[in-house]
Amino acid sequence: MTLLAAADTGPSCYSRFVNEWFCWQYVEDRHEQITDALVEHVLITLAALALGLAIALPLALVARRVPRLESAVLGFSTGVYTVPSLALLPLLVPFTGLSAATVVIGLGLYALTILVRALLDGLRSVPDEVREAATGLGYGRARMLTRIEMPLALPVAMAGLRVAAVSTIALTTVGTLVAYGGLGDLIAHGVQRDFRAELMTAAVLCVVLAVALDVILVVLQRVLTPWTAGLR
Amino acid sequence: MELFAETWQYLLDADSWTGAGGLVARLLEQLLLTATALAAAMLLGLPLALWLGHLGRGGFLAVNVSNVGRAVPTFALLALLVAADWPGSGDFGPYGRAGLATLIALVLFALPPLITNGYVGMREVPSDVQEAADGMGMSRSQRFWRVELPLALPVVASGVRLALVQVWATATIAALVAGPGLGRIITEGFARNDYAQGMAGAVVVALVALLLEVAAAAVQRAVDPMPSAPSPRGGESLSAAPATVEEAPTGS
Repeated sequence: MTLLAAADTGPSCYSRFVNEWFCWQYVEDRHEQITDALVEHVLITLAALALGLAIALPLALVARRVPRLESAVLGFSTGVYTVPSLALLPLLVPFTGLSAATVVIGLGLYALTILVRALLDGLRSVPDEVREAATGLGYGRARMLTRIEMPLALPVAMAGLRVAAVSTIALTTVGTLVAYGGLGDLIAHGVQRDFRAELMTAAVLCVVLAVALDVILVVLQRVLTPWTAGLR
Repeated sequence: MELFAETWQYLLDADSWTGAGGLVARLLEQLLLTATALAAAMLLGLPLALWLGHLGRGGFLAVNVSNVGRAVPTFALLALLVAADWPGSGDFGPYGRAGLATLIALVLFALPPLITNGYVGMREVPSDVQEAADGMGMSRSQRFWRVELPLALPVVASGVRLALVQVWATATIAALVAGPGLGRIITEGFARNDYAQGMAGAVVVALVALLLEVAAAAVQRAVDPMPSAPSPRGGESLSAAPATVEEAPTGS
């Protein structure tokens, strides 16, 4: 409100009559608020991805070991995905209240769908000869998993993680329903007040964030799987 | 929990279903939005994707269209469209306030799975089948209509199914910019601290999403020219498991 009230004296982009899409003055004046939203957005996204991974890994391992459970696991995780995100948040509210945890759990469940599938595909992409060779070298189950299968599954699994990361960044905005939407809160506020600069700034930052996270994951994948470098 | 009891009460109350902003009216709004957007996206995207797949060109487009689609938050796009002078946020026939903006956003979000699956489905028709068709003296258009399209149909249908669920889910978000649809029940509930109403709206949205999913899966099975062929991945039951990671919906 104060921003709009200053329309007569301040820069033109605060004016209701001009309502410019891009306004550097806004970014300067409100940089603390924008940074807070950005940090919240990143933290919620990272927490959701971590939660998704923490649940997806055991699920994928169980599904691979017990083939009969596979369709159940995949069915469950895809079933969650069918529920629209705006509907998933209210369904979680009785358990978690209006907190960041609601958003993190909701988005974590969403990431699960993509991650379980990607981890399973990754583990399946390990060639049988490699497993047999490792068995021949005397590798036990646990050592086979951590030393052979997991590293070789990484490229496929990372492709899934990239998809999950980018869509989680986008979905975090919906968290504004329970007031924890990171940049989504700015977008909602911008719509409410019909303040285009705020809305545009937050939307652009969302996309930039998605691209940045994707680039980081690509670099991380290159570092973790140096043997694939020559294949590209 | 008390909230569950209140939600149940809300759902049993006839008043919450009737009226201008009631569940039935909102449900119809969202179904209308979903159907219109899906139909428009299919008209726009499918002919292009199928033709490109037939020619074997434009694979770059088919892959990147979905990657870009995933990075743009639905909500942000919707908000930008609503705040813009064009298409504006005025009334739009039966689609209501913010209706046109919502429709445009929904069409854009339905396009990636349609284009990707349409293209990939056509490309995955085995080349020996295509050669056999040529050898039988089929013309290009005969080969397209009688051989490639029927064989590509299951993959194309799975794209339509993804798009349908995605559009239904995204249509809920329209409520965040005061658009039409069941999401309004949810956002209004939250705005008035009436969480039972929010829950009730969420339950209805989720149930309809599952119903649409099951119905779409049945349609997809019906159009499969080789229904008895074992699925290469196995274990696809009710759902809609997108065939690969790349095809996974952007969600919304």
